[in-house]
Amino acid sequence: MLYTILCYHNEEITSSWTEEEDAAVIECLKTVNRKWAKNFEPIVRLMPTSAATTLRKTENIVMDGPFAETKEQLLGFYVVNVDSLEMAIQIAREMAEANPGGAYELRPIALYYPNGEAIENGSTS
Amino acid sequence: MAQPPEPDWIEARLVGARPQAVAALLRYFRNLDLAEEAFQEACLRALKSWPKNGPPRDAASWLIMVGRNAAIDHQRRQSKLQELPDEAVISDRDDTETDMVERLDAADYRDDILRLLFVCCHPDLPATQQIALSLRIVSGLPLPRIAAAFLVGARAMEQRITRAKARIAKADISFETPGPIERAERFAVVSAMIYLVFNEGYTDANPKSERAKLCDEAIRLARLMLRLFPAEPEMMGLLALMLLQHSRQKARFDTTGAPILLEDQDRSLWNRKYIAEALAMIDKAMLHRKPGPYQIQAAIAALHARAKLPEETDWTGIDELYQALELHAPSPVVTLNRSVAIWKLHGAEAALEMIAPLAEALDSYFYFHGVRGNLLEQLGRDFEARDAFGRAIGLANTPAEAMHIRQHLDRLDGENAGLSE
Repeated sequence: MLYTILCYHNEEITSSWTEEEDAAVIECLKTVNRKWAKNFEPIVRLMPTSAATTLRKTENIVMDGPFAETKEQLLGFYVVNVDSLEMAIQIAREMAEANPGGAYELRPIALYYPNGEAIENGSTS
Repeated sequence: MAQPPEPDWIEARLVGARPQAVAALLRYFRNLDLAEEAFQEACLRALKSWPKNGPPRDAASWLIMVGRNAAIDHQRRQSKLQELPDEAVISDRDDTETDMVERLDAADYRDDILRLLFVCCHPDLPATQQIALSLRIVSGLPLPRIAAAFLVGARAMEQRITRAKARIAKADISFETPGPIERAERFAVVSAMIYLVFNEGYTDANPKSERAKLCDEAIRLARLMLRLFPAEPEMMGLLALMLLQHSRQKARFDTTGAPILLEDQDRSLWNRKYIAEALAMIDKAMLHRKPGPYQIQAAIAALHARAKLPEETDWTGIDELYQALELHAPSPVVTLNRSVAIWKLHGAEAALEMIAPLAEALDSYFYFHGVRGNLLEQLGRDFEARDAFGRAIGLANTPAEAMHIRQHLDRLDGENAGLSE
């Protein structure tokens, strides 16, 4: 069963980390990642929302910044392959211990193409 | 069950919420000292309350409300006769979150933070005071750290900041929501201040020093500005420019602290993460088709960053961008920089010809004599080269710069000694 673990945190906080603090957080997370390595699929860290661009579909206009103005921003996500929601929560809980603050949102994946070319073949792995 | 947060996570939240909270308190009290004191008081209460009650969902609003109430209580005790600010309800409880969020208009708080930054870099203040005040008030850096960054004692720095605050108290600052022109003016002043903070840090050879950390602080401020005003291409340009300069931090100096020229740097030490973000910012900025000096400088830096080897540098592109910069922000320094591209494209003779008219304007500019010395040295005009390097060494801003010029002089002396043998 595939879940995404969406990572939310207040960017005003994360951007105030020094490079060393940032590296320390990532290192802590990696120990969890290593422990559950066989359950992890892609891991994605996003650039700050200041680098984001949004296309409003109905108006067809390109705007600067992220789609939603929220207190906590989407900073990255993991895709995990787990036996149950419980297991996904367990992984998220361990990551939360390594990196407190913010929230993880666990969302089951409905459609997953690890490689977009697969769409050509009509396969829905 | 919410876990009580660790103390350093409280600290991170306080730092993160600071610009917005101090900015709102400044709008409320219209006095920098009062706003700062109110914020300090709110932080003290947060350190007491948050470990017990859990952190509030909106730290900034909590701090604004608690800080404001604490300051009002304090004023009330100080003088019962004094007229209180006209506010409908003032809560006496300092650990409850109200619907402050809704009362804080998003547009208001954007202009609050812009105003706070603008106040700190008010044109009445000399540049050094602007930087010091911004770092103290907006970034919340402790005095000793700012003092260390400027290589002065904490006491001297405190006096500098006190003087700056006194000047601001006398300056006429509008607390109304700014119009578009006023906002644009403030934006330009704040951008310049952020770049000043960056340059202050950029000159330092030791990446661990307090001074060098100012680069990170400037980048943080630019990201903050972009979160508030996401559609400002010049702020995107400024952020990109700083990220690109900063990406070379680990490659710019050797172990003795002597600067390493761009073409001699180990490019594997360049920070790819910063470069990638900068390139993304430049792409975004270009969509606006409103070029400006920061964007053009960022584009120049990007052409350097894109070259995997010095020989792959697109000097034609760099020359064109410098020409554009000469149009947007003409200055002898820009022309001097352009001459380096001309040197690569058309040789030292052409470059020397280009900088000749700058001699008077840049007479006391270290890099002018440095570049001129290099060009003359390459043309074999050793006597004049030595003269130029001699001028440069007298104008060096740091010991490392002086050391670098010294190497040129030694080399020239060595060559001549060899010839005379």
